Amino acid sequence: MTRKLSYAEALLEATHQEMAHDPSVVVLGMGVDDFRGIYGTTKGLAETFGPERCFDTPLSEDAMTGVAIGAALGGMRPIHVHIRMDFVLLCMNQLLNIAAKARYMYGASVSVPIVVRSVIGRSWGQGAQHSQGLHSLFMHVPGLKVVAPSTPYDAKGCLVQAIRDNNPVMFVEHRMLHFQRGTVPEHLYALPFGHARVLSPGTDVTIVGISYMAVESLRAQSLLAEVGISAEVIDPVSLLPLDVDTIAASVAKTGRLLIVDTAWTSCGATAEIVTAVFERLGGRSVPFRRLGYAAAPCPTTKNLENLYYPTPATIAQAAHSLVRGDKQPWQPRSVEAPEVVEFKGPF
Amino acid sequence: MNQTEVFYRQVLRIRRVEEEVARVYPTDKIKSPVHLSIGQEGVSVGICAALRKTDVVCPTYRGHALYLAKGGDLNAMIAELYGKVTGCTRGKGGSMHLIDVAAGVLGASAIVGTTIPLAVGYAYAQRVKKTDTVVASFFGDGAVDEGAFHESMNFAALHKLPVLFVCENNFYSIHSPQLARQPHANLCDRASSYGVKSEQLDGCDVPELYARAQAAVESVRAGDGPRFLECMTYRFREHVGPNEDFHAGYRSREEAEPWFARDPLRLLGQRLDPIVRTRIEAEVELEIADAFAFAESSPFPPSEELLADVYLEAQ
Repeated sequence: MTRKLSYAEALLEATHQEMAHDPSVVVLGMGVDDFRGIYGTTKGLAETFGPERCFDTPLSEDAMTGVAIGAALGGMRPIHVHIRMDFVLLCMNQLLNIAAKARYMYGASVSVPIVVRSVIGRSWGQGAQHSQGLHSLFMHVPGLKVVAPSTPYDAKGCLVQAIRDNNPVMFVEHRMLHFQRGTVPEHLYALPFGHARVLSPGTDVTIVGISYMAVESLRAQSLLAEVGISAEVIDPVSLLPLDVDTIAASVAKTGRLLIVDTAWTSCGATAEIVTAVFERLGGRSVPFRRLGYAAAPCPTTKNLENLYYPTPATIAQAAHSLVRGDKQPWQPRSVEAPEVVEFKGPF
Repeated sequence: MNQTEVFYRQVLRIRRVEEEVARVYPTDKIKSPVHLSIGQEGVSVGICAALRKTDVVCPTYRGHALYLAKGGDLNAMIAELYGKVTGCTRGKGGSMHLIDVAAGVLGASAIVGTTIPLAVGYAYAQRVKKTDTVVASFFGDGAVDEGAFHESMNFAALHKLPVLFVCENNFYSIHSPQLARQPHANLCDRASSYGVKSEQLDGCDVPELYARAQAAVESVRAGDGPRFLECMTYRFREHVGPNEDFHAGYRSREEAEPWFARDPLRLLGQRLDPIVRTRIEAEVELEIADAFAFAESSPFPPSEELLADVYLEAQ
């Protein structure tokens, strides 16, 4: 099976197949039924399944989240799509106070099987309010699940699982991932959460790349190979629940840990993963580094934006210093991600 | 049993349950903030009489009356207030999160306005599933200040969803009077601006409220879109807790007197033979005593319940 799809096509196929398979699956969100169809990820669903099962929403993120939850209480499996994760901040009350708690707070009388898809933007002037990776906010809250797959294969399997899951699932997509291509089986399959994926094995340092940073970490791995360093790149895929075992086993093997996030590091996923790994290793710590957004809102101008994100070069450099120490400075060649260079927006 | 007897029994049952809650409260057996409905019971009773058993209501944290009026299990409610495992949420929700799915009572929320869009979403699901279920969303005059109210009205009207919006206007959001929060006392106008047919009703006159609610529910069920009912009512006790609070200064006993005179329980009772009233009262007392005894004798949840039901995993 070598059929290749883009990440965006994989999301559409997962949604289309699940909607065909289960009449309770509905899709809602601003623009889900328009001619762009959220980068093609919802394109044609309204035409195929009708306007009741795929519908545009007013600009009412708070209430529409409540509507999705209420529909789930009424027997639906809604997928609520946000073209930017920044908009999910308008949904926090419903997500944290109702969705995350309903199962527990109502004594197991109900469940809330909703999927909240949201896209982290980047580049070409997305700026402070179109580029935030806010997944760690949701990792804090019991009752939610958070997944951020990086490959088209995992995107399809995780979205199917998210739809079938009986709990609220935050499905985090990075805009730059939509262009990634990879092998995706045509049949329906679900990938259970809580399983990290070793994208590429290595022996000297473990690099955990979250969401799009998994792609950038693989590029860093190539740079490191040029100087004889073997990096193991892991995509956690599922952030809550987190597969601590796989990451800790890798760290036990390599003795070094670098975690790269498409988000800030403070109180973030990187902090949680480091802590969870060291706890799993019985309190033993190993040399580690964290990389993420610069501790500022995202600027729009290109030269500052270039400094804002971890890049293959900065990732490779951080891994290099973990392995060889800071006394052997190394300047890897600059690798610009083609999807970032080619991206011309607007969204 | 004639209709007045039915209404009297229901209002009395809710009143006496809450008076018992208030009586037990100083013992600290009920470790839960209680927002009593005393004085406001008529609204829940009148509206629920117009609903079918299969219809659904979305209550607020001041939800004892609605829970009971819709048929929520009394034993499970009192046990919940006591924090017992036999409670309607196994001791995990307390007074502010009552639920009885079998009776059509969706869970109540402590965050004002949050259940309004839930009702709309539940109604959307009914549309997709092609049922004729009506969803009644209950909220107070404070919730109308929330954005979620307006967003929900807009969406429900847009899709002509089967929702009955019931605003229990008791004139106060905690201690803030309506006109300290809103420039005009015009809740019906607000609803009408979304194209939702609206009426202001007397929440103390249960038979009249029932008749008007019936017409509204019929229209909603027929697919004519949502309706908005503003039911004027009055909270006799403090915002939260078992006592009166007329000494607190934000409202006076004089202001309350006309509402005491039009207490829905009193209005209904006046229409009944004292012998009938006495019989109903005796029956209600027996049922309530049983419910409190059930709560007293029920066990607390075992320790393993702490981490149970955070998620629902497929078997």
